[in-house]
Amino acid sequence: MQIVKLPKENLDKFMGSLSKFGEIHAPIKKDENTYLFSKIEDLSKIELNYNRTILPPKKYFLPPTETMFRFSPEKGYEPPQDNLNKKYVLLGLHSCDIHGLKILDLVFSGRYVDNYYFTRRKNTSIIGVSCVPDDMCFCRSMETDFVEDGFDLFLSDIDDSYLVRIATSLGDDIMRASQSLFKEVDKEDIAEYKRKSNERKNYFKIDLELYNLPEIMDLEYESKIWEEIGEKCLSCGTCSMVCPTCYCYDVFDELNLDGKTGERRRRWDSCLFKDYALVAGGLNFRSERSARVKNRYFHKQRGFVAQYGRPSCVGCGRCIQSCPAKIDIVEVMTKIRSASYE
Amino acid sequence: MSNHPSTSGADNIYQPSLARIVRILPQIKDHRLFQLRFEAPEMRQSFTYRPGQFVELSLIGTGEAPISISSSPTRPEVIDLCVRKIGRVTEALFRLPLNSLVGLRGPYGNGFPLEEMEKNNLLVIAGGLGMAPLRSLLWYALDNRSKFKEIILMLGAKISEEMLFKYELLSLLDRTDMKCLLTVDKDEEGIWPAHVGVVTKLFDAVEVDPEITYAAVCGPPIMYKFVLGKLLERNFPKDKILMSLERRMKCGVGKCGHCSIGYKYTCIDGPIFTYWDVINLPEMI
Repeated sequence: MQIVKLPKENLDKFMGSLSKFGEIHAPIKKDENTYLFSKIEDLSKIELNYNRTILPPKKYFLPPTETMFRFSPEKGYEPPQDNLNKKYVLLGLHSCDIHGLKILDLVFSGRYVDNYYFTRRKNTSIIGVSCVPDDMCFCRSMETDFVEDGFDLFLSDIDDSYLVRIATSLGDDIMRASQSLFKEVDKEDIAEYKRKSNERKNYFKIDLELYNLPEIMDLEYESKIWEEIGEKCLSCGTCSMVCPTCYCYDVFDELNLDGKTGERRRRWDSCLFKDYALVAGGLNFRSERSARVKNRYFHKQRGFVAQYGRPSCVGCGRCIQSCPAKIDIVEVMTKIRSASYE
Repeated sequence: MSNHPSTSGADNIYQPSLARIVRILPQIKDHRLFQLRFEAPEMRQSFTYRPGQFVELSLIGTGEAPISISSSPTRPEVIDLCVRKIGRVTEALFRLPLNSLVGLRGPYGNGFPLEEMEKNNLLVIAGGLGMAPLRSLLWYALDNRSKFKEIILMLGAKISEEMLFKYELLSLLDRTDMKCLLTVDKDEEGIWPAHVGVVTKLFDAVEVDPEITYAAVCGPPIMYKFVLGKLLERNFPKDKILMSLERRMKCGVGKCGHCSIGYKYTCIDGPIFTYWDVINLPEMI
């Protein structure tokens, strides 16, 4: 992969050049220690040193709610002709969030390709940035602390510069559009990069050990731990909303006042909501909160592994940070794993 | 971004196609058979399916619901959906007059593994609404009679007034190339022309080699319990017992998550599962 260097004093100019490639969205600071991905009108608002945003970048590809069809008795179901084709530049994604998108790609591709999701994916360029983990990050456990693809450019901070990896032809175009801002990588830069990435390992405070976890989860299927978490969980679904890999959605039809025309829409859903597994006639396959909590953990750490070959968790720490009941996935999995837990 | 799958405008996997209700056949209480025909002539030809698959039925302004296909692909042009009035979409469907337009997309799900089932005996066991998906398989097998060895149908209902497809199935009693065993739990007037008793009692009338037989089972949970017991007692291999399961298959294409069971999706990994799948997945029935 081609790697160049962007001195930090050129960063603003570089970010300024991005608008040619689409509407720029990047992390901004909302409150103390609270960040969000937002449309950028003032480049100085961009915050590239951040821990995590409230919502992951999935909101750009699977929006919290969207119109799938407009319907009328005469014309049937017609997909909306609006903004699917708008170009975006997403700047400042961490490695874990890029992995999150790669996991969503697995779900929305396959035999049935979700064109809403992938049209947006194609029209969005991704520029990643390196990060310093905090005490809720466990991406290293999930093997998402580095990323090799899934971005156009990736900026790795080496103090006074960024090393810039160019992963795609589009990434190359973006770099070339302001080529004079970039320099060649020298030996000192490489040494500094190595020093930084070695040092980064030591920042991780928590660890979720994946080794034989699916088997342990099968063994602990009847464990009382699920009852315990079920007691604490509020079924609010916050963990699903903030999760970069949660993709469940609900579909509903909204009727206009004329009583005939309307829209078919989808919106984020959560397997923790009580009516999630309800079928017609009132039978609910997971009416107990403990069953829903268990299902969520099993899906992420057991079921997804069986379906797609890896857990659907990237260790971003958002669910730990956002849970109002202070349920911590790393604590839960550590407990499950511990031999002394009965 | 490069290397994403193609997304040409025509490939909207959620796009329902319009179909017209060309016939409504009342069945038992709250159950009707709706016969649908696609509006677009090319869809009538191109829409092919396997027994055991389902469609997503859209009613304009009400929503979408998964319904199993009751007709056989050997009888094209019209698609039969046997529907019980039980939820929002089905209630709205029952209010629609003949010739109304609805939306259909599919077919979805794995369907029955026909290639593996051929050259075997076929034992179809149904109770309640279970005949809805199994009717497709039964007609497929009867229309491809030479591909199967013995064909046996076991169908149970509480009383004859609650037997789905009663007259159609009674007409099979005369066929010599299959065994049609229809039973009702109770026959107070003593006029039922077939068996009386629970469906498991029909096993007494059947002698098949389980090694060369596929059992296809669909019915209420209570029926599974007893029927599976009988099949295992007779040494049916667990992967030759096929079951059709129900979940809330909202998208039908393995995306929305609602029909997950353990680590399978009913909509793409099922709805036909072997008994071996079922005992290996938590919360299956």
